[in-house]
Amino acid sequence: MKTKTKALRALKAAFPHTLPVLAGFLFLGIAYGILMKSIGYGAGWTFLMSFLVFAGSMQYVGITLLSAAFNPLYALFITLMVNARHVFYGISMLERLKLSGKFKPYLIFAMCDETFSILCSATPEKEVDDGWFMFFVAFLNRWYWIAGSVLGAFMGDYIKFDTKGLDFALTALFVVIFINQWREQKRHYPAVIGVISSVICLVVFGRNNFIIPSMLLILLVLTFAGKKMKGESL
Amino acid sequence: MTLNPIQSLTIILILMLGTMCTRFLPFIFFRAHKSTPAYIQKIGSVLPYAVIGLLVVYCLKGVSFTGGSYGLPELAAILIIIALHLWKKNTLLSIFAGTAVYMLLVQYVFTSWR
Repeated sequence: MKTKTKALRALKAAFPHTLPVLAGFLFLGIAYGILMKSIGYGAGWTFLMSFLVFAGSMQYVGITLLSAAFNPLYALFITLMVNARHVFYGISMLERLKLSGKFKPYLIFAMCDETFSILCSATPEKEVDDGWFMFFVAFLNRWYWIAGSVLGAFMGDYIKFDTKGLDFALTALFVVIFINQWREQKRHYPAVIGVISSVICLVVFGRNNFIIPSMLLILLVLTFAGKKMKGESL
Repeated sequence: MTLNPIQSLTIILILMLGTMCTRFLPFIFFRAHKSTPAYIQKIGSVLPYAVIGLLVVYCLKGVSFTGGSYGLPELAAILIIIALHLWKKNTLLSIFAGTAVYMLLVQYVFTSWR
């Protein structure tokens, strides 16, 4: 099959899967652009941030980093903490990305929460090339986000309304993903373990230091839970 | 802008560096193995469900349940999202409605509570 037909076929298969993300990212991206504008960063800065970093929740956290005193080491530490979950995504994707060929570096670079959750639940039909399929899911999602955030930065000039509480859109997104996953899965223990472990660590270690302990506790409990349910595929 | 352009660019590059570390790490770490260890494969299949739970808690980490508005706006908005999502099953609608309700609550109802 010619590369062009292969690519086109994969694009057609990938696009419908990305539609909810198109809507969500335009909304969240616009909200992000408006927030960036509200602390004095225009469309150029927002584009640079979205293009280079491409991590929604981290970019929201980045707003507080940009509006506080200059502290690069602290910024690095926070980034590693907030994005530590990507390590889990990577581990979950090790096998599948082996088959992605030349797209592998790009897919790793652009693996955000939403791309990850689409790829977790969607595999294309046999005649569609999985490498190209994964590439287009990642590519489309990335550019929805970039476009949305830049649009928001432009709109920030014209729209004057109180943005207080707008960042709750991100919480809402994760709550919805959580519900979707809950409905798709028969076994709920991983989700329950995730919430309970995080809450325990939040109470014990406080809001600034609980991510890494939570990840360790989740790993530990999942390992034991997995052993206990031997024989069943997790 | 609190920071000057050079400082801002530094912060953005740091954010990129940190993010890329977390994304590339597993692939660099397990490159030596031809096949991924069985334990890692097994954990990898259940982790996504646990991580989203962590993300939800992460988003709510700043909420105080012992003072201020006692987490009531967050609780109300999340309950509305759950109800609406189970009813309509429309991702965008749930996100939009939840956010709108939350914004109305923190801007008009719980203003004096903070």
